[in-house]
Amino acid sequence: MTPINYYLGLGALLFAIGTVGVLIRRNLIVVFMSIELMLNAVNLTFIALGRAMGSADGQVIVFFVMIVAGVEAAVGLGIILAAFRNRLTVNADEFNLLRW
Amino acid sequence: MPLGIFAFFATLAVISALGVILQRSPVHSLLALIVTLLCVAALMIGLDALAVGLLQAIVYVGAIVVLFLFVIWLLNLERDPEESGRLGIKLLAAVGAAALVGELTAFLTRTHMSQQTVNSDYGSMAQLAGLIFGNYLIAFEVTSLLLLVAVVGVVAVARRWPSPRLANRPPTLSAKPQT
Repeated sequence: MTPINYYLGLGALLFAIGTVGVLIRRNLIVVFMSIELMLNAVNLTFIALGRAMGSADGQVIVFFVMIVAGVEAAVGLGIILAAFRNRLTVNADEFNLLRW
Repeated sequence: MPLGIFAFFATLAVISALGVILQRSPVHSLLALIVTLLCVAALMIGLDALAVGLLQAIVYVGAIVVLFLFVIWLLNLERDPEESGRLGIKLLAAVGAAALVGELTAFLTRTHMSQQTVNSDYGSMAQLAGLIFGNYLIAFEVTSLLLLVAVVGVVAVARRWPSPRLANRPPTLSAKPQT
């Protein structure tokens, strides 16, 4: 039987990798993939803690997180499409219209 | 889940997560992301969350990742150019991530969690549905509204408005199919 702490540690590691991806990558699509990675790490943590407490509420929350992740991916990719149409690039450094 | 199987899936998940953020080609990143998502789904099933694990495999890998693939294909993305001269932010990201992992690990090793025993129907679709249509009914209904708003919003954002700025640009997305 694997201790629950191992699952939580794995979740922390995956979340940190996703954070690094958001920070170091400039490709908007890869940034979105990193966000999905972070959401998944949190989902795994919810499942692990729900299992440790013997309650299924964590799984329901993961269900809702999945729905919000799908909505976020759809809206975000729509925004990327619109941005690409204006600038012909998905490099985040090129979008500096609002930069001070 | 036995420790050996957990170690296998966890290692695979971490390696492929690193592949997501370190590879130059977006398609390769996406393939690595699929491996990570499937590993997490397997770990969820190992935690007795059968329904949610299968949902993860079907909804994430089957729908969301395909959406990403669709957009990469639509934008015709090639490999990223080599990035240089941004050592500062990379250093900051590495230090910040290491601090985050260190802090969380410090919490986790000091916390003693006992694992409850659960019934055989734990994590089944029936139990999940009972909760969703019981305690969480309002949230579930609000979710449908959220999906509706998202559909309308995506159509409004991604619609091709007539834009004067595009008139003197080389045609890409607005190119007509050659017939």
